[in-house]
Amino acid sequence: MKRSVTLGMILLGVSILVLFFLNLLLGSVSVPAGQVWKILWGGEVSNPIWANIVLKSRFPQALTALVAGAGLSVAGLQMQTVFRNPLAGPSVLGVSSGASLGVAFVVLLSGRLGGVALSRLGYMGEFAMTVAAIIGALAIMALIVWVAQKVRGNVTLLIIGVMIGYVATAIIGVLKFFSAEEDVRAYVVWGLGSFARVSGGQVMTFALIMAVLLPLSFLLVKTLNLLLLGDGYARNLGLNIRRARLWVITCAGVLVAIVTAYCGPISFLGLAVPHLCRGIFRTSDHRVLMPASLLAGASLALLCNLLARMPGFEGALPVNSVTALIGAPVVAVVLFRRRKEDTGE
Amino acid sequence: MKQEETIRIEGLSIGYRSKHGVKTVAEGISDSIRSGEMTCLLGVNGAGKSTLLRTLSGFLPPLAGEISLLGKPLASYRERELATVIGVVLTEKSNLQNMTVTELVGMGRSPYTGFWGRLSAADRRKVEESLTLVGIAPLRNRMVQTLSDGERQKVMIAKALAQETPLIFLDEPTAFLDYPSKVEILHLLHRLSHEMGKTVFLSTHDLELALRVADRVWLMSKQGEVRTGSPENLIVDPETGRFHFEP
Repeated sequence: MKRSVTLGMILLGVSILVLFFLNLLLGSVSVPAGQVWKILWGGEVSNPIWANIVLKSRFPQALTALVAGAGLSVAGLQMQTVFRNPLAGPSVLGVSSGASLGVAFVVLLSGRLGGVALSRLGYMGEFAMTVAAIIGALAIMALIVWVAQKVRGNVTLLIIGVMIGYVATAIIGVLKFFSAEEDVRAYVVWGLGSFARVSGGQVMTFALIMAVLLPLSFLLVKTLNLLLLGDGYARNLGLNIRRARLWVITCAGVLVAIVTAYCGPISFLGLAVPHLCRGIFRTSDHRVLMPASLLAGASLALLCNLLARMPGFEGALPVNSVTALIGAPVVAVVLFRRRKEDTGE
Repeated sequence: MKQEETIRIEGLSIGYRSKHGVKTVAEGISDSIRSGEMTCLLGVNGAGKSTLLRTLSGFLPPLAGEISLLGKPLASYRERELATVIGVVLTEKSNLQNMTVTELVGMGRSPYTGFWGRLSAADRRKVEESLTLVGIAPLRNRMVQTLSDGERQKVMIAKALAQETPLIFLDEPTAFLDYPSKVEILHLLHRLSHEMGKTVFLSTHDLELALRVADRVWLMSKQGEVRTGSPENLIVDPETGRFHFEP
């Protein structure tokens, strides 16, 4: 590996450590850095509330942001390569919409059918929403995988994915129309996306699932590199295109499904981070881009989470607004600079 | 160099099968091609040159007939094994942003690399050798998107060479090139077939150039007939004009 690539990876790794610590340190309640360090290593602290804030609120939130950012970025990279479309992202196949549909069914119909609004059930309600999102996302995933076996063209599949997304959104609209106001509000809050929703117990399950899925997705680097050449060349170099496409879509879809289930739909990261990494590392080689997207996605998500609840803000800003507001200019600058260098303007 | 039969085709029919039936593009094709030979496939637009090339490359199943490569039926090859027998240069556009010439040519080594696609020292030597053979070694560190069409075509030929296959199939390698580049590419392919013993099979529109450099010519008509022979024989054959200049 080139020295500049190694250096870039190290810098990204360091940025994750720094941002993770800042996520634990900064917030509406001021906790001294030394105390945060002590809390992390299980030491005695002068104020036990600080330990609660750091361990039960900020730590799960930071870990969720880290894992979700990594997962969405890796999935986005895979989608962009398999569809050969720079605008492809985790949401294009309708998987996020599937998760939303699952949650909508549970949240919006629970009050009407079960007699008790899910939003009032607290932890049980949250758990039901996560399960519903996973089922919804995986159901759409299964549908997409089935369609992928039937159609040859990537563009056709992409369009079908987008159409499935529209249908899901339309069904959600109908469900909202017939639901109680309280349930609609609960659904809208879920739809805003948040790294703060995952509680202490759930976050370890989330992190563990992703710790298994993310390394598995690295098994596809050679396949993804070959797909860059186009179907004909990839096939000539020994790749079974249909199987490869199925594996990549399944892998990306499952990553998006799990993240969306836990955090709600998070926009922008999956679309932008792969472009950011191509711009920084100036390569299309997935042996570099996969780990780079994982690290950069984690880092950017931590930065966004930090900015969403900077001291001075009451509560937290919607994370989706922050990801786009902060990330879009960064990506635009990187892409413009690269184009300028390429054309020598 | 001893010439051996590398491709044998018997009673081949090509075309497409769909739910609505079978669309035959050409039929009754029989010929044998040897190593160290350069064969040009000529025909007007829509005659089915790409369909034939795709069938010979194993991308499309034949409707009928037999294709044998190196004495073994094409259908019996596994994907990875076939990748060590045929190298292709296609007309399809690849997503080659942020890729250097060396990286792209190195992709030709994929059938021989392991799980991560890491190139060994021997693989890198082969890549360098291919770049030199095609005459693009000075371009090795250039980004592919900054190359001219002719240079890019040479890079794809170098990729096929790095693949180290006895057969190289090229779909319209001279399309969109200016005249000097066309001559250069065809002479390069001629040299590769004669000096390295490769079987080169390419489709082209350039009748005049093809007749000058090819060892064998296949003519395809829009009616699905395929006529094969040496350039000398086809030049004096009155039917040639009908095949190539038909409306």
